[in-house]
Amino acid sequence: MLLIPCPFCGPRPELEFRNAGHAHVTRNPAVDDPAWAETLFFRDNPKGIMAERWRHVSGCGRFFNVLRDTVSDAILASYKAGEPRPDVPLPGPEGEAPRIGAGDEVAP
Amino acid sequence: MTGEHRLARGGRVDRARPLRFTFDGHAYEGCQGDTLASALLANGVHLVGRSFKYHRPRGFLAAGAEEPNALCTVARDRARTEPNLRMTQVELYEGLVASSQNSWPARGFDLGAVNDLLSPLLGAGFYYKTFMGPRFVKGTTLWAKLFEPVIRRAAGLGVPPKEADPDHYANRFAHCDVLVVGGGAAGLAAALAAARAGARTILCDEGAEMGGALLCEPDATVDGMPAAAWVAATLAELARRGATLLPRTQGFGYYNHNFVALAQRLTDHLPHVPAGAPRERLWQVRAKRVVLATGAAERPLVFPDNDRPGVMLADAARAYLQRYGVKPGTQALVVTAHDAAYRTALALARAGVKIARIVDTRPRPAGPGLEAARAAGLPVTVGGTVVGTTGSLRVSGAMVAQASGTGATDFETVPCDLLLMSGGFTPAVHLFSQSRGKLRFDAETQRYLPGDPAQAQASVGACAGSWGLAAALDEGSAAGAAAAGSGAGRSHAVTGDHAGEGGGILGALPHGRDPARVKAFVDFQNDVTAKDIKLAVREGFRSIEHVKRYTTTGMATDQGKTSNMNSLAIAAGALGRTLPEVGLTTFRQPYTPVTFGTFAGAARDDLFDPVRRTPIHDLAAAQGARFEDVGQWKRAWYFPEAGEDLHAAVAREVRATRAVAGIFDASTLGKIEVVGPDAAEFLNRLYTNAWTKLAPGRCRYGLMLDEPGFVMDDGVVGRLGPDRFHVTTTTGGAPRVLNHMEDYLQTEFPELKVWLTSVTEQWAVIAVQGPRARDIVAPLVEGIDLSAQAFPHMAIREGRICGVPTRLFRVSFTGELGFEVNVPADYAAAVWQALWERTAALGGTAYGTEAMHVMRAEKGYVIVGQETDGTTTPDDLGLGGMVAMSKPDFVGKRSLARPDLVAPGRKQLVGLAIEGRTVLEEGAQITPTADPPVGTHAIGHVTSAYWSPTAGTPIALALVENGRARTGETVFVPMPGGAIAARVVGPVFHDPEGKRLNG
Amino acid sequence: MRFSLANLIRQSFAGHQGWPAQWRDAAPKPAYDAVIVGAGGHGLATAYYMAAEHGLRNIAVVEKGWLGGGNTGRNTTIIRSNYLWEESEALYNHALTLWQDMSQVLNYNVMYSPRGCMMLAHNIHDVQVFKRHVHANRLAGIDNEWLSPDEAKAFCPILNTSEHIRYPILGATLQRRGGVARHDAVAWGYARAASALGVDIVQNCEVKGITRDASGAVSGLDTTRGPIATKRVGVVAAGNTSHVMAMAGVRLPLESYPLQALVSEPVKPMMPCVVMSNTIHAYMSQSDKGELVIGAGTDAYVSYSQTGGLHIATHTLDAICELFPMVRRLRMLRSWGGIVDVTPDRSPIIGKTPVPGLFVNCGWGTGGFKATPGSGNVFAHTVATGEPHRINAPFTLDRFRTGRLIDEAAAAAVAH
Repeated sequence: MLLIPCPFCGPRPELEFRNAGHAHVTRNPAVDDPAWAETLFFRDNPKGIMAERWRHVSGCGRFFNVLRDTVSDAILASYKAGEPRPDVPLPGPEGEAPRIGAGDEVAP
Repeated sequence: MTGEHRLARGGRVDRARPLRFTFDGHAYEGCQGDTLASALLANGVHLVGRSFKYHRPRGFLAAGAEEPNALCTVARDRARTEPNLRMTQVELYEGLVASSQNSWPARGFDLGAVNDLLSPLLGAGFYYKTFMGPRFVKGTTLWAKLFEPVIRRAAGLGVPPKEADPDHYANRFAHCDVLVVGGGAAGLAAALAAARAGARTILCDEGAEMGGALLCEPDATVDGMPAAAWVAATLAELARRGATLLPRTQGFGYYNHNFVALAQRLTDHLPHVPAGAPRERLWQVRAKRVVLATGAAERPLVFPDNDRPGVMLADAARAYLQRYGVKPGTQALVVTAHDAAYRTALALARAGVKIARIVDTRPRPAGPGLEAARAAGLPVTVGGTVVGTTGSLRVSGAMVAQASGTGATDFETVPCDLLLMSGGFTPAVHLFSQSRGKLRFDAETQRYLPGDPAQAQASVGACAGSWGLAAALDEGSAAGAAAAGSGAGRSHAVTGDHAGEGGGILGALPHGRDPARVKAFVDFQNDVTAKDIKLAVREGFRSIEHVKRYTTTGMATDQGKTSNMNSLAIAAGALGRTLPEVGLTTFRQPYTPVTFGTFAGAARDDLFDPVRRTPIHDLAAAQGARFEDVGQWKRAWYFPEAGEDLHAAVAREVRATRAVAGIFDASTLGKIEVVGPDAAEFLNRLYTNAWTKLAPGRCRYGLMLDEPGFVMDDGVVGRLGPDRFHVTTTTGGAPRVLNHMEDYLQTEFPELKVWLTSVTEQWAVIAVQGPRARDIVAPLVEGIDLSAQAFPHMAIREGRICGVPTRLFRVSFTGELGFEVNVPADYAAAVWQALWERTAALGGTAYGTEAMHVMRAEKGYVIVGQETDGTTTPDDLGLGGMVAMSKPDFVGKRSLARPDLVAPGRKQLVGLAIEGRTVLEEGAQITPTADPPVGTHAIGHVTSAYWSPTAGTPIALALVENGRARTGETVFVPMPGGAIAARVVGPVFHDPEGKRLNG
Repeated sequence: MRFSLANLIRQSFAGHQGWPAQWRDAAPKPAYDAVIVGAGGHGLATAYYMAAEHGLRNIAVVEKGWLGGGNTGRNTTIIRSNYLWEESEALYNHALTLWQDMSQVLNYNVMYSPRGCMMLAHNIHDVQVFKRHVHANRLAGIDNEWLSPDEAKAFCPILNTSEHIRYPILGATLQRRGGVARHDAVAWGYARAASALGVDIVQNCEVKGITRDASGAVSGLDTTRGPIATKRVGVVAAGNTSHVMAMAGVRLPLESYPLQALVSEPVKPMMPCVVMSNTIHAYMSQSDKGELVIGAGTDAYVSYSQTGGLHIATHTLDAICELFPMVRRLRMLRSWGGIVDVTPDRSPIIGKTPVPGLFVNCGWGTGGFKATPGSGNVFAHTVATGEPHRINAPFTLDRFRTGRLIDEAAAAAVAH
């Protein structure tokens, strides 16, 4: 079970959250059908660092964004909805995942 | 005496507390502190079961969790029966009843042993090559009807319980600074250092007693104390410092973000279980730091017939001797590739066991063990090997040869009733590997060891490859101190250590015998031999995962704790590759098997999932309501009177409601209060309808789409003021709708000033429907003019009812004049009672969800989830008029313009009129012809179908391709007994002009 | 050498020294007529049918690890075809037909065991949805029948049909031809049969790039074992599909989730059939070895880690213990995870892509094993002929543009 750093409440167990899929999907209805299909359905589904949305549904109720490595499940950053995706160090040259921290190691 | 092979003194058992038990119906005596294994050995019992495939006689190989052979069933009663327990871990208690498995009629004479004679046929993967049936019997018949049932009966280990488990299981979430897994020397030292530094510490150990190997070290001292005394002193100090000490607790799973699962056994060791005591507890621990001190397990040597009862791991024999005070034999032969076995030989000799021979497989062993053995006069053969054993139900001799010789003929049979072997030790890296740490292969010592940790974790002691007490203690102390953030650990003064020991071998010993005729077991429980692994390699299985799956090595209930490294080495040898090139199988949770009950914990019966009941539930129950599950809610389904079934009750409820009035508990409807200066604009964007012009005091039916344009939810929305809306949702959709609204509000339209509050639980709802509804409600209401002019259909008013606040909706889901009385939940029962008394007095009824469904279907009102299925648009439902396409944007609007959503031929909601009295089945398919051949395309399906008490005919709603254009046509509903003809009609069967609801 | 009892007996007198490798351990050739990426069941079946039915012999299957090591070897082996929509019915029933004699066709006992697959209804909405399936299936000629709780209990005696559990069983559907098969054997059987027809199965060969010619069409693959020239590539990479297709610049409507499964220790036969409960998330059967094989749900987040959270497995065991209360004292022996690629409508994508010569077969989600032979068969047609088979024609990528989704999950959506 992940330990997810809510930007409003601090680290909390995954049971308190609901995942809400890829972050930074721009909703622009004024596009043609192929582009709208991209908005609705097509995703990067990255094998590596991914920006995703969570809602602290059993806590503050807020949606926010998390950067997580989908290979190691390590959480690298969390930030509020509407904020730009932060720069984080990329995984090492061997593709090794960053270390997965415990409660005191993830960014609040 | 607690067994004829019990030593007079020594060990940690209490001879003053004898315990009686039975095994396969024979009575024995052991003593407090025994395991079932040590107690049986004390009674000279070595043959304890039969192997899985060949039914070979088997005894104890090990003394702990890694035991592959000695499985038993322990039964307290018919329900409390548990198969496949490792006898080496079953704590003895007075009256324990255990039985062996996998033999018939008896473990001493087992007819299944015929499989051993057939074993040339039954090699690895034989079942993939046959049982397909002769080619003229096509298909799968022979396999499914003939071969598979026989194989299934022969396979399986113990017999499963047949009755529901009456025991209870508990669960606890815990947080700590330092979790230490393993209570041996390293783990105790780590926990002590952490606790001394003030860290919140949890220490768990799988054994009944903490101490690990220190419990089998009568000659060692730590810090000037005998080892066992140091253990006791350490545990006392840990307890004093507030550490959580969990014996009988297996750390079995290491998950993401330092989340570790422990299984604690609470009552299985007790002769009498206290009433209500939980049997086991699942601990879910989130630790800032984890210290793994999980030790190492000894490996067997692989040589022909290495599986007879009496063939045992050397360190296990020492544990039986020194921890349990049991002599596991009278005449022992020791074959070893590791120095530790000398310690066992010397200890056995001191206890009076004759050491027939020590066979060291290494050409040039050295070290204090060897010297001590020679000094004690024990016979040692260097560079030797064992090429076979004799005996049937117990080993009687070992065939000893020179490792360099031809083996097959050039051997000497040494009599023995105990054959001890040591192939070296495999670090228990299971939890480290589960934590996603990468293992590294240490070529020099031929071991996989923990590499860099992937989480905030450290491995210490034998599981990290260290050897000896001092090393374990010092490493543990350092790791414990570091985990607590308090610098260096301390070093310990140890005497009687065995730090210099080493050695080990992987794979099979050479034997020179015909490999086709001998069985050298690698995985004892699954009967996998060295030749099985070589066969797999020959057949092209090159990855160790393939070898494992083809031969089943390492897949038994011990998960290969004793076998995996030997299989890997044999496979690597056959492939001519190094071990790392062949790969390593993945270590999976759990480390040792954990009962399902432990995972499920308290989640049973009503605690399986929360039950949501409305405030009116008990009154409805008292009125005789039957309930249905809708999500987590219990909803009143119908209110049968004496002798009524569902249909009779529903017919009466519908007739009474339409003739007089009915009251209905609609409290489960989702309710969301949408408040703020931009509330109307927010609803404009979330619903298809237009909200800006809805006047305060008025209601509107709202239709909500998902972003792909399909109907997601619906409900009446009332405007209480310029900035305040009372939104209702479907019962099942309430959480989803709130989440959907919050999502758009927070992330797409954050500029809107709106506040959303779920008020589902705050407002109970009582619908009063029927021509007399106003008469029922009016006398109870204060402050609201209920006249049709002042309070028309689709209006909302605030006032009081029965003296409590109400939001009163004038709405109808029945087609009758209707009100929905919203009252604070705490007053709902009283208001229901008052409304019910008036309804009953007028000859009305209480009705349930079924009558509600019938009445709304008579009116053609849709139910989201019944008329819709996630592919339905508003226009499909005939609700295109609810879609305000003039709005610049709303969720789903863009998608409604997608090609398939505007394509001709979509399914549309229609009514079906049926001649006769047959009610269609919901879900039935619709075809254009009466006798459709298989594969006919269905042009639609029945979404709702009821007997209409109002119309006196069956009615149905259906989604039919081009349905509205088919009005008047006859379509067919094919059923097993023939098709039913139906005429396509409009979906409204009752009062199409809507006169009644405006009354 | 054929697999037969006669040969088994003959070999048992010869120490089994005569069995050849079941498939050639091929090294990649510089060029092939077509290459399938991914040696799971679907990929191997594709190659087999391309060779057996379309005469393509100069083809290869490349696999980054070992064949059958992904979801093929990690699933709970449930086989059924009682799907709702006509498109799905055709696809899964095509597969079910091929399961019937697969052991004999491949000469490999894949242990297809049509012991019956039962799906439990726990509320009135379930009953409506399942009956809709029964009616649709009957029209399509697919066996699927409705059982009362008592009939369900008779078919699976360990089922708890008490009215007093939290979500009582109101009935069940039963597809008698549904059942299980031995998952590894399916991969191995197709590999052996394909290899015998000349297909190269190249393991430990990871695709690192998809090369395209000036027209944009596929021209080859870069792999860890060197470049391979080919004009036709079929990607069947399950959870890794997005990753592979991104090498050709193709984005897909896929998300990859961890899916967990677990087995108990083996016990004597206690469960005669497959039981599924979508409503309370419990899926169980008993393997021929005696292990209870239990499927859990997916984790809620995208992950390629092949591990999931404990709470997912726990939730499933809650439900299993509720439905089968005698199993509480049995023990979890082993749990594991796979990576499943899920489309927005939970139906697969099988067909062409915007890149000429590049074909994809993905999005099987949690239910791909049952489709293995059918999926391979129609995808082989697609790659071999360049055009979809009649059965996979509706399973296009384009349906996400048009909105013509094949949404099996939405049909079960719960709301009242």
